[in-house]
Amino acid sequence: MLNVTIDGQRVQVKEGTTILEACQLLDVEIPTLCYLKHLAPEGSCRMCVVEVKGARDLKVSCATECTDGMEVITMNERIYAWRRFIVEMLLADHHIDCFACSDTGQCKLYQYALDYGISEPRFKVEPRDWEKDETNRFFDYDPHKCILCRRCVRVCNNLQVNHTLNLNGRGIDTVVGMPFNELFIDSNCVSCGNCVSVCPTGALATKSSKHYRSWEVTKTRTTCSYCAVGCQMDLVIKKGKVVGVEPADGHSNRGLLCVKGKFAYKFINHPDRLTTPLIRRNGQFEAASWDEALDYVAENLKRIKEESGPDAIAGFSSSRTTNEDNYAFMKMMRGAIGTNSVDNCARV
Amino acid sequence: MGSGGLIIMAEDTCMVDLARFFLDFTQEESCGKCPPCRVGTTVMLDMLNRIVEGKGEEGDLEKLEELGQNIKAASLCGLGQTAPNPVLSTMRYFREEYEEHVYGKKCRSGVCAALFQYYIIPDKCKRCGICAKKCPVQCISGDRNTPYVIDQDPCIKCGVCMESCPFDAIIKH
Repeated sequence: MLNVTIDGQRVQVKEGTTILEACQLLDVEIPTLCYLKHLAPEGSCRMCVVEVKGARDLKVSCATECTDGMEVITMNERIYAWRRFIVEMLLADHHIDCFACSDTGQCKLYQYALDYGISEPRFKVEPRDWEKDETNRFFDYDPHKCILCRRCVRVCNNLQVNHTLNLNGRGIDTVVGMPFNELFIDSNCVSCGNCVSVCPTGALATKSSKHYRSWEVTKTRTTCSYCAVGCQMDLVIKKGKVVGVEPADGHSNRGLLCVKGKFAYKFINHPDRLTTPLIRRNGQFEAASWDEALDYVAENLKRIKEESGPDAIAGFSSSRTTNEDNYAFMKMMRGAIGTNSVDNCARV
Repeated sequence: MGSGGLIIMAEDTCMVDLARFFLDFTQEESCGKCPPCRVGTTVMLDMLNRIVEGKGEEGDLEKLEELGQNIKAASLCGLGQTAPNPVLSTMRYFREEYEEHVYGKKCRSGVCAALFQYYIIPDKCKRCGICAKKCPVQCISGDRNTPYVIDQDPCIKCGVCMESCPFDAIIKH
């Protein structure tokens, strides 16, 4: 174990821990833009700098490992000036559109501009002739709001491993895009939306995010019900309705979701959704209570079993239900009904 | 000049234009990974381009110095850490040239085309007409009886007239 002092607080960390991780242990806040917990440090945004006693230059905390006896200062005039300069540079090449931007309220750049006292950028880089890409069904991409932290590119290539996003161009003309400047609709993008989830600005934003502000919503941690992986996610809820989904850092998903978990939540409040059981009587579906429906099912299952034997009945359960429900269903089919004809659509 | 090398130049080299030339190279070479180098060198280059075009403003020099120092400190690799050096070192040793460009709108070396004019000294002009013949945009007028003059608006500052004048009657002003 290594002994590290951060702003006068002592902490013991394992070998290989970065300064940023040590700061997180102590709840010392360090601004980051390119940092992603589950990937190797990028160190390109230069926001997370701290001062290490004895070192000449400021150190990028996400990419500097702790050493024994290290003394770290996380804020002083030099660090403030450095970070302020970085934000000022990013704002110089950013389409400042906060009133019309769906990310307002949760944009990291906006937050850091406030934190580092920049009300109006002094510099401006001429905007390039990049086009917005609104061809994806679930999200929009505006390169003029991109700050090139590369989180989307790294998530797409190193975590989702779909290799859709990459960097086109070089220097000031660098832009996140698809090979050969394809549009999202023409690319191999699977719309998992993980790039959108990690984007710190409004460059990649879900289409639905225009309809809610971050301060209007509450978040509810839950488990995705689409398959058996058990991804953890936060439902974004406005006035009792689910308006979005954000991935949570669960054991099985580590901050990732697939297209279904991320975007396929609209059935919850859909008017066509069945909210009561239906029983077909005289060729017509009629709404019924749960007691009524379960009695009906039990009665008919019993009748069929008596008339034709248990193997006349087969059970097929949904992968949308939990593993426990599926297990209970299998037990019911084998134990109570007495047939081995039971299956689940997730088995394939 | 960034690499630590030594470059020897004649007096007719404009230090502002030289710094602009070097920054143009490093800005082009920036890979775009870190914001100080990617955006910083572009902002500095835009500012220097404005200055050599005679559109420099009060406060530009201070901003250039501030940007240069910050880019040096905050950049990820050696390119960004040395990219502002030509600007910073020329500003340190030739600050008066920068001030002339920004405040006086003058380029003493006659390199920045927007900041000087070619001028025919009437007393020295022998009215031979060679300059008018050589001028590629025909902006020099005069005849045997009237001294030749350069119409400044169409002049493209190519310098052919000055080179061709056998009597050294044409100067940069």
